[in-house]
Amino acid sequence: MKTEEVLKVEHVSFRYEKENVLEDVTFSVRKGAFLGLVGPNGSGKSTLLKCILGLLKPQQGNISLFGTPISEFKEWHRVGFVSQKANSFNTGFPATVYEVVASGLTAKLGLFRFLTAREKQAVMEAIEAVGMAKFHKQNIGELSGGQQQRVFIARAIVSKPELLILDEPTVGVDVHHVQSFYNMLDELNRRLGITLLLVTHDVGTITEKVTHVACLNKHLYFHGKADEFAQLQDHDLSKFYGHHLHVLSHQH
Amino acid sequence: MVEAMFQYEFLRNAFLAGVLIGLVAPLLGVFIVVRRLSLIADALSHVTLAGIAASLLIEKKFGTFVGWNPLYMGMGFSVAGSLFIEKLRSVYKYYQELAIPIILSGGIGLSVIFISLANGFNTDLFSYLFGSVSAVSRQDVWIIFGIACAVIMAIGLLYKELFLLSFDEEYAVASGIRAKTIHFVFIVLVALVIAASMRIVGILLVSSLMTLPVAASIRIAKGFKQAIVYSVLLGELAVIAGLFMSYELDLAPGGTIVMLSVLILLITILWKKWRRG
Ligand SMILES: Nc1ncnc2c1ncn2[C@@H]1O[C@H](COP(=O)(O)OP(=O)(O)O)[C@@H](O)[C@H]1O
Ligand SMILES: [Mg+2]
Repeated sequence: MKTEEVLKVEHVSFRYEKENVLEDVTFSVRKGAFLGLVGPNGSGKSTLLKCILGLLKPQQGNISLFGTPISEFKEWHRVGFVSQKANSFNTGFPATVYEVVASGLTAKLGLFRFLTAREKQAVMEAIEAVGMAKFHKQNIGELSGGQQQRVFIARAIVSKPELLILDEPTVGVDVHHVQSFYNMLDELNRRLGITLLLVTHDVGTITEKVTHVACLNKHLYFHGKADEFAQLQDHDLSKFYGHHLHVLSHQH
Repeated sequence: MVEAMFQYEFLRNAFLAGVLIGLVAPLLGVFIVVRRLSLIADALSHVTLAGIAASLLIEKKFGTFVGWNPLYMGMGFSVAGSLFIEKLRSVYKYYQELAIPIILSGGIGLSVIFISLANGFNTDLFSYLFGSVSAVSRQDVWIIFGIACAVIMAIGLLYKELFLLSFDEEYAVASGIRAKTIHFVFIVLVALVIAASMRIVGILLVSSLMTLPVAASIRIAKGFKQAIVYSVLLGELAVIAGLFMSYELDLAPGGTIVMLSVLILLITILWKKWRRG
């Protein structure tokens, strides 16, 4: 028996102005998967995520979350999101790691409600899950780019989402820390059972970490298991990724 | 001043009003500063001045409003100005800071017109410009008390939304927070606090009471709650010490309070430098 479909994208096309940015994109993500969505800059990855999150409405096609079309989907707390711009905040802002992570509960709590002991514990657990427990009283502006990114992931998982969507989270993370960053994501995926959708333009690193890969450049060029992706020949993908692929895939 | 305070009601009024605004001005100021809206306070204080001048003009020309507190009209203008700023900010999406000079110069322009229509006022206007210890009436204290209660309640209830909105507006909107409504409530509170504060520090210096203690506090605070606590403590320190000094040395309280705030800010910066080594 196959596991539940957490996300289903069917024949989605989207355009901002005249030209399509996404064209007939179809794929799905099953519970427990770790999907890497790769594509060069400007290939429509962020646009696709915004469609999935209901922030943009595709002109054609359907998207469902947990079996419900997103036009009727109400349980947004089941979906966590870390935006591409997450760590472009004002670094002089006086907020501790704890305060930033706790703010991830704002919408779930609703107006005029305060954090209870249980929710405070959930905040600490989320901070621990991303390996930042030591820093919870530090101002977020004093942390490195990679640490800040972890804090934003903690903010996204504090409301206990089942699907976590990350838009290029390793941009701004020190190369030496990318490895441990992926290990942390692996933990979230395996130990907490969070389904992950990770967007990146870096094909090389991603394939060893994820269970599934999707390649996007307006069209979807590939969608399948990570090991199938690894067997593809470079020239199969060169039309999609251009000569960059050679450089990236031989690095690792 | 302590003995005098038991003796003279006006001193008690000034002291109470000072303590109240020393609390709420920096409290709101924290949100204003971290959202980079510091100049909004300046713009609104000039609009408030226009309201006060209008009220004094009406009183002088018609006499019918004698006894009607000019604070009310100042508050009305200030709130209207704050709504106008929001409108302008949405019109000039990519030049949001333009709203501030537009409103600020509009406020001054109106004030000047009202003042010249009245052929000048007596010292009353002067006390609104620079603050005064002797001009605070019991009614003023009650108005300020009402505003302070409203501000503390609103900040208490909307704290987590205001925090998220200040820290990450995009995320706040994406997660379904009613950002527009909350921002609207906030800006109206700012307008009210500005009107309330000017009795003590004067219109020209209101914004400094909202920003200087915060500027000092964010140098040393760990976290947002701490930034709020430090801002309020430093604000109170400046207001209370400033009131005493201005009474003893016969100085305008607004100037004394603000110069003390500047001094506190300088000490904080130096202390931080020294501690870092
Ligand atoms: N708000 C927008 N309005 C118009 N065009 C946009 C907008 N956002 C993105 N685009 C265009 O859509 C294409 C895909 O962008 P994006 O989804 O951000 O790509 P990626 O995230 O893969 O780098 C790009 O050509 C970009 O210029
Ligand atoms: Mg992008």
